[in-house]
Amino acid sequence: MKQQTIETLVRWAFMAVALFSITALCLIMLFLVFEGVPILKHVSLKEFVFGLYWYPTSDPADFGIFPLVVGSFLVTLLSGVVSIPLGVMTALYLAEIASGRTAEIVKPMVELMASMPSVVIGFFGMVVVAPFIQKTFDIPVGLNLFNASLMLAFMSIPTICSISEDAIFSVPQALKEASFALGATHLETIVRVIVPASISGICTAVILGMSRAIGETMVVLMVAGGAAMIPGSLFDPVRPMPASIAAEMAEAPFGSEHYHALFATGLVLFAFTFVFNLVADYISHRFRQTGEASL
Amino acid sequence: MESSTKMHTKGLDFYYNDAQALYDISLEFPQNRVTALIGPSGCGKSTFLRCLNRMNDLIPKTRAKGEIMLENMDVFDPALDVVSLRRRVGMVFQKPNPFPKTIFENIAYGMRVNGVRDKALIAERVETSLRQAAIWEEVKDRLNESALGLSGGQQQRLCIARALAVEPEVLLMDEPASALDPIATQKIEELIISLSKALTIIIVTHNMQQAARVSDITAFFYMGKLIEVNNTDTLFTKPELKQTEDYITGRFG
Repeated sequence: MKQQTIETLVRWAFMAVALFSITALCLIMLFLVFEGVPILKHVSLKEFVFGLYWYPTSDPADFGIFPLVVGSFLVTLLSGVVSIPLGVMTALYLAEIASGRTAEIVKPMVELMASMPSVVIGFFGMVVVAPFIQKTFDIPVGLNLFNASLMLAFMSIPTICSISEDAIFSVPQALKEASFALGATHLETIVRVIVPASISGICTAVILGMSRAIGETMVVLMVAGGAAMIPGSLFDPVRPMPASIAAEMAEAPFGSEHYHALFATGLVLFAFTFVFNLVADYISHRFRQTGEASL
Repeated sequence: MESSTKMHTKGLDFYYNDAQALYDISLEFPQNRVTALIGPSGCGKSTFLRCLNRMNDLIPKTRAKGEIMLENMDVFDPALDVVSLRRRVGMVFQKPNPFPKTIFENIAYGMRVNGVRDKALIAERVETSLRQAAIWEEVKDRLNESALGLSGGQQQRLCIARALAVEPEVLLMDEPASALDPIATQKIEELIISLSKALTIIIVTHNMQQAARVSDITAFFYMGKLIEVNNTDTLFTKPELKQTEDYITGRFG
């Protein structure tokens, strides 16, 4: 065969594979829309998203997912409050402060932790953290918003840390030297040069870490407590959207209102992650700074 | 015209791990003079330059022995705050390395980290430094644009201005023009000569014509040793050692 023919064939083969994956994803999205939208025949969009009561199996049923939305939002927010500072500061320590040997040992460990199955984390939260919280804060149950946020934070820290570390590590040595040569201390160099120069990478790390937390199902199913209500305190149980979908899908009769309501919840979750990614993407581009000077 | 010694080294040895890179270097740098360090690649001239502001501290597993004095400040004194040393001894690197910040912030950086808060003073010194580095006219209308949008030669003059903004007494330059085209190089050379009226300059260069054009004193390094040092004119016309003569006439190196 002629060289050119092979080139053409290879090009088509790659395009076919790419088209296949993208088409499959688009079809899943379409399926989600087709199965979710029919719920609007029973409740209005406003009632669905902002309704305060989620009693899908009562008669008459209530399909208000606002408590689930709030649950997802709070769990993600609180886990971010814990995981972003811890993850980024660990990354700074590993990339900038730790000695070469320490970093060599700790970095692979952090990366290994990213591969911890979520069910293991959920199990740990149930068996170890829940009783601990229960005793320490003297509350009736340990499966709640606080526990879920903490477990999700520990799930996203490895992702945030290892991607931030790569970004921080790739700040050119020349920039650091320029800063030191002007009489800056190590701390000033980190705060004023290294972090700004790697901020877009750090943002990407945060997006990926938080996306992991927001869509995470197993952990919240196990440790969030599962009550579909708007929490009044840190120690109230919540029922984030993914947990609700996973717990109820098996028992919702095919084609029923409940079934469509769960798909619609999935759509809302998707909108949630989509907007989150857009915002984060905007931030990371807004602060994008190119590294070393080019000639 | 005689000039007092601004900085000197005595018996300086330097090691990377166990490999010795500098052997017993004793050299004096007279005030308001340009001293050029020449020699083939790997001869230790850059290592030596980076000892003078203790930039080598950043490289793990290195150590230095001997004495470096900046007037009566002992550079290797363990009690010395290295920040105060680097404020007095500025540095310009081989490749232009502006921060990914605006032109203004690049110059203001050194003042900010040294605790200058007075906005009027910062703005004034930004202008003065840019003028000293002969780049003010080119950038005065775009101070708030990114420094990375400048050409290579402009970036290097910006880096010189950045070093000048903290008002150093000594300026170390590590092949500052090696990455630039001939016109940008000429501008940098003119700049070095005019800056030496107020500063002590030590410049590492691969380019012997450049050393001859800009420097008052030239020191020839080879294999980590200081071979010969003299007034630039004398060294280039009547070198004492055969080795120096071979190098400057291009027979090796």
